[in-house]
Amino acid sequence: MAKLLGGIATSHIPAIGVAMDQGLENTPYWKEFFEAYPPVRDWLYTQEPDIAIVFYNDHGLEFFHDRKPTFAMGAAAQYENADEGWGIAEIPPVTGETELSWHIVNHLIEHDFDITVCQEMKVDHGLTVPLTLMWPGHKYGHVKVIPVAINCERHPMPKPSRSYAFGKAIGDAVRSFAGDQKVIVMGTGGLSHQLDGQRAGFINKPFDLYCMDKMVDEPELLTCYSNYELVEKAGAQGVELNMWLAMRGALEGEGKLKELHRSYHLPISNTGAGLQLLATDNAR
Amino acid sequence: MTQTVDIPGTIMLDGPMATKGYPLNKMCYSFNNAAARNEFKQDEEAYYEKFKLTEEQRDAMRKRDVIAMLEAGGSIYYLAKFAGLLGLSVQDVGGLQTGMTTEEFKAFLVKQGEI
Repeated sequence: MAKLLGGIATSHIPAIGVAMDQGLENTPYWKEFFEAYPPVRDWLYTQEPDIAIVFYNDHGLEFFHDRKPTFAMGAAAQYENADEGWGIAEIPPVTGETELSWHIVNHLIEHDFDITVCQEMKVDHGLTVPLTLMWPGHKYGHVKVIPVAINCERHPMPKPSRSYAFGKAIGDAVRSFAGDQKVIVMGTGGLSHQLDGQRAGFINKPFDLYCMDKMVDEPELLTCYSNYELVEKAGAQGVELNMWLAMRGALEGEGKLKELHRSYHLPISNTGAGLQLLATDNAR
Repeated sequence: MTQTVDIPGTIMLDGPMATKGYPLNKMCYSFNNAAARNEFKQDEEAYYEKFKLTEEQRDAMRKRDVIAMLEAGGSIYYLAKFAGLLGLSVQDVGGLQTGMTTEEFKAFLVKQGEI
């Protein structure tokens, strides 16, 4: 059976990608942020995952409002990045896979998540920045990625409890897959931030720290929020917590998790940037 | 989502706002394409017409008034592509919306970590 090794939650803001392109990791603004990542990279190096399921939100590259899926996932052998319009460099294609992807699709539909399935989809910074952070120098080609997009842009969007249940169904699907693949899940985005309106710049550090704390053993305390409450507590784009919750949901059923890393840095661009690594007993 | 109580300084992009903002957001979505960005720069008014922006949206665009763009249904994810076309960062855009300079806005962000 395929095994879930653990989950990683990370920021995905575009400025991180730009900073890496320009080699700014050791400048005063970025140093502390990037110093958090080597322990997580070392863990990945040791664990050698075959597949990464990445929960992210598309910011208007693949999906526009003409057809905006609430939940979408890829089932393709490869995914490409493209011009997003504001200057982040495009990155080499991302390796996909189709067997586990279709297995997950079947499992989701069987368990009442009627998702959109994409056999071709462009992936934006929500997915590419985390990959670049985990495998710098664009050395992510050996990892097969399954992109899972959650609408976090236009209301209505999935409730936190639903995103969590969605993640849980994906975790169940992985556990029932007859292969020996090692799988990790990633939740990207967040934490608190608001880009738009007179309230732009709003960050809620205590709430972010609370979320990271509860993510380990009591995620149900976070799934009780509505998206409206998340906007209130974490800013308009704080609803990206939904991707963290989907990641955490996928690990439900793995028993007690080991928190191997947690860091939080503020501000990175307009956000509170969190990084968290939760390992299962399947990890070495 | 039904918004019952307003969150000050926050315009929820819900269904009715997405309907209102559709031409503006569609225009900004086109800025993913370099040829479209050039076409816009050549003749902004013709580009507004091409996407049938409402008068309110054209006015907000002409004035580079981000709050007015949001009130006209703009989604910040798409407006960000317009900001990129103008060479503005998200901190510049934050300053424009809050009446701060970019430096003041950056300092405001830092201050929220000091608790």
